[in-house]
Amino acid sequence: MGMTMAEKIIAAAAGVKSCKAGDIETVTLDRLMSNDGTTHLTIDMYNNLKHPHIADVDKLVWIIDHNIPSDSPKTAASHKKMRDFAKEHGITFYEGEGVCHQVMMENHVRPGELIFGADSHTCAYGALGAFGTGVGCTDYLYAMVTGTSWLLVPETIRINLHGKLREGVYARDLILTIIGRISANGANYKAMEFVGDGMAHLSMADRISICNLCVEAGAKTALMEVDDVALDYLKEHGRQPKAIFKSDDDAVFSQVIDIDMAEIEPIVAKPHFVDSVVPVSECEGTKIDEAFLGSCNNGRIEDLRVGAAIIKGKHVADKVRFLVVPASRAVYKQALKEGLLDIFMEAGAMVMNPNCSVCWGACQGVIGEGETLISTGTRNFKGRAGHKDSFVYLASAATVTASAVRGYIISADKI
Amino acid sequence: MASGSFEKVYLDADKEIELFKAKIWKLGDDIDTDIILPTEYLAYETVEEMKPYAFSPLRPELAGQIQPGDMIVAGNNFGCGSSREQAPEVVKALGISCIVAKSYARIFFRNAINNGLLLIEQPDLYDEVNEGDIAEVETGKEIKVNGKSYTIASLPDNLLEILEAGGLVKAMRKKNGLE
Amino acid sequence: MGHTLVEKIIGNKVGHDVKPGDIVTVSVDWCMIDDIMVPFAVQKFEEMGFSKVANPDSVVLIYDHFLPATQVDDSRHFRVGDEFAEKYGIKNVHRTDGICHQLMTEAGYVKPGDIAFGTDSHTVTYGCVGAFSTGIGYTEMAGILGTGELWIKVPESIKIEIDGTLPGNVTSKDIILRIIGDLTASGATYQSLEFTGSTVDALSVASRMTMSNMAVEAGAKCGIFVPDEKTCDYCKIPYDDKIKALRADDDAKYSRILRYRAEDFVPVCACPSLVDNIKPVSELAGTKVNQVFLGSCTNGRLEDLRAAAAILKGKHVVEFVKMIVTPASRKIYREALHDGTIEILSDAGCIITTPGCGLCCGRGGGILSDDEVVVATNNRNFLGRMGTSKVKIYLASPVTAAKSAIAGEIVNS
Repeated sequence: MGMTMAEKIIAAAAGVKSCKAGDIETVTLDRLMSNDGTTHLTIDMYNNLKHPHIADVDKLVWIIDHNIPSDSPKTAASHKKMRDFAKEHGITFYEGEGVCHQVMMENHVRPGELIFGADSHTCAYGALGAFGTGVGCTDYLYAMVTGTSWLLVPETIRINLHGKLREGVYARDLILTIIGRISANGANYKAMEFVGDGMAHLSMADRISICNLCVEAGAKTALMEVDDVALDYLKEHGRQPKAIFKSDDDAVFSQVIDIDMAEIEPIVAKPHFVDSVVPVSECEGTKIDEAFLGSCNNGRIEDLRVGAAIIKGKHVADKVRFLVVPASRAVYKQALKEGLLDIFMEAGAMVMNPNCSVCWGACQGVIGEGETLISTGTRNFKGRAGHKDSFVYLASAATVTASAVRGYIISADKI
Repeated sequence: MASGSFEKVYLDADKEIELFKAKIWKLGDDIDTDIILPTEYLAYETVEEMKPYAFSPLRPELAGQIQPGDMIVAGNNFGCGSSREQAPEVVKALGISCIVAKSYARIFFRNAINNGLLLIEQPDLYDEVNEGDIAEVETGKEIKVNGKSYTIASLPDNLLEILEAGGLVKAMRKKNGLE
Repeated sequence: MGHTLVEKIIGNKVGHDVKPGDIVTVSVDWCMIDDIMVPFAVQKFEEMGFSKVANPDSVVLIYDHFLPATQVDDSRHFRVGDEFAEKYGIKNVHRTDGICHQLMTEAGYVKPGDIAFGTDSHTVTYGCVGAFSTGIGYTEMAGILGTGELWIKVPESIKIEIDGTLPGNVTSKDIILRIIGDLTASGATYQSLEFTGSTVDALSVASRMTMSNMAVEAGAKCGIFVPDEKTCDYCKIPYDDKIKALRADDDAKYSRILRYRAEDFVPVCACPSLVDNIKPVSELAGTKVNQVFLGSCTNGRLEDLRAAAAILKGKHVVEFVKMIVTPASRKIYREALHDGTIEILSDAGCIITTPGCGLCCGRGGGILSDDEVVVATNNRNFLGRMGTSKVKIYLASPVTAAKSAIAGEIVNS
């Protein structure tokens, strides 16, 4: 019987010929990413071990991205703990270089790898054909100490993408539509695999955005076949694939979904659930206090280009705070070279240092009681961006920028 | 006298505090506004919420120990730094009856008067008293501690007017015909 | 008898001669209210029972301490400010443009000879253009909003005369730190600092701003410079007789005169945790540094960013050390983008944040932890200002800061 891409990566990592959904395999991890959301807790647990030990320090990548620059003594203390530990043990360490998943994509992820990240959006790495999945700090610690972990082989939902997105419709609209269709737990424990002729029309930025958000449907991981687009990206960043896998023709999928990309329209996810999706037009006119363009989901150069093209020559609406946060230093510098940062600033936006910003809700741009944010971030859970009684709408870079200009939710083609 | 208790004697029916006893809390030179109330707590909506954090960078336990009627004795340049009026407000809210320091920073001085917090400038007392000592204050005249008397000056008239009105807000309300 | 500069400014305003110690009521040209203090000033204004703002066009609201917001209550301050502005017809509201003290002159409000009050102690900054400006509490601000005036005591003046040419590694930050060290943190309380001399004349307006800004750290009521052609260029006004008259008389009386030779200045730091604890950088060499902060109303201007960039060009901030750069305003950030400064700083590994008060006000922007050391270009190193009370803050010039970032320690230059 044939194997899915997810099964193949796990089999390779487990050193077995084959495995199937439902099996539990012991795997050797290729890389272990952790950020300042939880690493200090991992360190505390590590220090309480009887025989503290790191299996392979070269596999660890630690990234300070959530609260940078630090906003409180408590954060500062956890950063210090992380920095000191990384220094002592020689762990690859980034601070203020960008959102962890973007930094990982730019510098570390290789096709065929099995990667644990102590962050739910680790599934983004599927855009390069790697099995990335989010774990808690206990799982992370076990993997850090032993180099291995156990993994329940997931079933796979295959999503066939056909055709091409229309002008003014983005990958963000596509993945939100899919999540809306299968619901926020529609892919629990499962892998979401994207294939089809439509893939050829999706850039790496689009792919990262799609895979990144799959956890919002409950997915364990997201996967895409490695094609020329992915190989070019790798080459550009000076890396080679570890292994390239694709699902066999006779692989078993728990579900197959066909999507005609031409039918996708600009949408928003309403408060307080990611799968609460409606066409932008349904929310048109909803007043906003803040807009956010950034995050591991939509903070790449392609997203900034979309936003800048819309806002150029216009101005952010009175009283609206528009936060533009490049996802990494590389993105920041590219945007600087292309003049995008200046376009945003001239228009009245606040350009911030690469970090998780208000997507994480604790660092920069926290919203207050009764306020509304439109965001390219990953989540719109109640209280996610600040006060418990505040509202977050998720949308594409285009919709977010257009709304920032108008001061209320509106689709970009209407301004 | 038990800690925290104090006596108030009315020498003149129109003027509230004229003679009182107070327990001394002793702080040093250059007690800045960030010590009196750190920036972290400035945005709390009410002074009541700010109170527990007064003096926290220097003596985190102090706000909990101060009892209404106690006084602060400090060295030079008390209240230097920011213009944050939360500083004198929080000191007043703790029930501090007055501050006796060698000198005050300018903005703090104005802010304290505007909030009806009594500030006394006295060059010698600081060096000769200890924390926990009890002082007897007669405003505009003298402070007695451990049997020794320290002369104090009275405030300029325009400031006394504000103090006697109960702060600048009340003075302005009067001006606007509201009191 | 002659008058000092501050006596002239106040005298012009009240229309008669004044002398130190006089208590006079002045009409106010500019009121600056920052985001921290907005709700408190508004509340007091309402308690006072005023029905209108005396002069709405003189009022400037600036949101800077809470940008970007780090706490859920921060945006309440913006809302209260916006509602107040709307209700009373206040048009000058800066929501995301930069630090208040930078904007008050940069955006064209305060001009030579003006009298300005602000709800922040560093309101003294506007002395850089020959204005009398000082910080007040929110209750007094509420009073000015209602009445358009405030009583002040005419201050005595301390004259600071600096002549000669500064050594290449010395900036106006080193000058003012040294002066504060000499005066002590309370040495100029209630007084006006008047800066003069050939060295001062040669300084840019931006460099003068650094010195005016820190006058309050010696307790001063204001720190003023004689407005000259440079000032007028900066303020976009003609250098006419009215401006030329804004200078102290030769026989003006000072409470104290401090004279310095520019050649004697050396790079210095204000060491933990007092602004007047000044030591030469040479004595501090080797002090390990965890973080560097370049920014604030003291040193977040283009020339400061450029000074750091000149040092950082082609180099990199040392591993495990952060250098945070927070331009003082949107305009400065954009100028630094245009002239390549930002790219140099970013290539060197600096974290460049959005304009605002940043780390200086301790609500974000790089808060530190116990026993960490920061070299910072701002104006205060008080206990707990940038994190716990065990954080050690060294105040320094942008040059010293940048050098520390690439060495990972304070270096003698």
